[in-house]
Amino acid sequence: MAKFLLLKHYRGGPDQMPSAQTPMDRWAPDEVSAHIAYMNHVADVLGERGEFVDAQALSPEGTFVRYDGEGRRPVTDGPFAETKDLIAGWMVIDVESVERAHEAAAFLSAAPGQGGVPLQEWIEVRPFLEAPPTVTD
Amino acid sequence: MEAYLRELIPRVIGVLVRRGADFPAAEDAVQEALVEAVRRWPDTTPDDPQGWLVTVAWRKLVDAGRADSARRAREARAADRRGPGPVRQEDDTLQLLFLCCHPALTPASAVPLTLRAVGGLTTRQIADAYIVPEATMAQRISRAKRTVAREGIGAPGDLRDVLSVLYLIFNQGYSGDVDLAAEAIRLARTLRGLTDDAEVAGLLALMLLHHARRGARWTESGALVTLAEQDRARWDTALIAEGVDVLQAALAQGRLGEYQAQAAIAALHCDATSTEETDWAQILEWFDELLRLTASPVVALNRVMAVGHVDGPQVGLAALAAVPEGVPRRTAVAAWLRERAGELERARDLYAEAASLAASTAERDHLRVQAARLGQSVEPPERSPRGRSHPAGWP
Repeated sequence: MAKFLLLKHYRGGPDQMPSAQTPMDRWAPDEVSAHIAYMNHVADVLGERGEFVDAQALSPEGTFVRYDGEGRRPVTDGPFAETKDLIAGWMVIDVESVERAHEAAAFLSAAPGQGGVPLQEWIEVRPFLEAPPTVTD
Repeated sequence: MEAYLRELIPRVIGVLVRRGADFPAAEDAVQEALVEAVRRWPDTTPDDPQGWLVTVAWRKLVDAGRADSARRAREARAADRRGPGPVRQEDDTLQLLFLCCHPALTPASAVPLTLRAVGGLTTRQIADAYIVPEATMAQRISRAKRTVAREGIGAPGDLRDVLSVLYLIFNQGYSGDVDLAAEAIRLARTLRGLTDDAEVAGLLALMLLHHARRGARWTESGALVTLAEQDRARWDTALIAEGVDVLQAALAQGRLGEYQAQAAIAALHCDATSTEETDWAQILEWFDELLRLTASPVVALNRVMAVGHVDGPQVGLAALAAVPEGVPRRTAVAAWLRERAGELERARDLYAEAASLAASTAERDHLRVQAARLGQSVEPPERSPRGRSHPAGWP
């Protein structure tokens, strides 16, 4: 088994399909509800398959922070309205193979948008680094 | 106490199944009894622990409404049977292993089912060891049992399937409060008591010979120490001696297999006082044997390391050319060979590339240190620091 992070972006990655270009705040309320219900359904199905680990959503507003030397307060910057890449949230899965991780990502990407049409949103799939195997020689 | 309790688990499942319960229901009931025992036994340990577990698990079956059909099935079977006949506990455990390592299961399902039904671990312990939520692990185990129930146990099970599951458990190492490597060794010892198959002994020897070196594999801060750099005084000589004994008895049977060959390589490493003193020529012979047995590209890559030691880096590089691109650690091996060939700049770049390809943080960190070490001899940092690199410690 291997763990993968499925990243959902607000911005960044390849150009979105036409179906995913209208922001959610311009959808009808029942379209938003259907979308959220679908995301919960995905988590349930992955849970029943024994593959679900975690899912979290992030606020779009963030701040950049860095160390500024001993005894000084951290320096902050932002928020920036125009950063290229913005992460909306993630799901962590534990699956048999990278092919299975791609299947799960496609399942997530099929979430309905306006008019119930699949969004076909790009989902970024990143493998976790794990513990090295015991037998190596 | 916990180790003893866990040994009882497969036996109790065996008793319930012989009483007529089906395997999935019996396994669930015993797991519930186990959880109760873990909670209650520290205060009041029963006089007859196995009897206690059987009674509690049977009550769980009754509560779940599964016992009536079980009793009917038992009566029907008793009527069919000519005599009761002795039932050996060992047969129960072996049958249970075949069920849990059923060929219809993926390794991801067979591993936790084996750990629960034969290893006597709780779902929570298994979930912690694999760092997934308990509910997810419970689902994985339920699905596995449904598959086993659907497929049935027709033909006698195949020991190869059991061995590959135990190997996977061992290789997972340890995280959380359960030492899976030690658990795999315990299961392999149990299995060795049930069969004289040479490969079962080979796998047990392999595990012992690697487990013996575990204390020397990591620094106190958790960094990986390569075989060449390990403090061999910290190897567990008692485990090595046992591993070598088990291996020699297996090899004497004259039925060589891949686990025995791997164990032979591990034994040759354990036998040497340093990398220089290691009998690489013999290790290379075993790799040739292992490659013949498995045709695995991973084995082919590990064999290249032995070729490098025996015939030098140029012959090693020629052998590496035959290993397919994309085999994990191929770039790291290339870096090592280039360094030995004196091509330090190339080796440095390859170490850096290998670090970015590493599948584990420990290996990645080790490879970064190698790249940095060569970077210093290739090009002293005070002369011309190269372009921006990753800040220290950042993934």
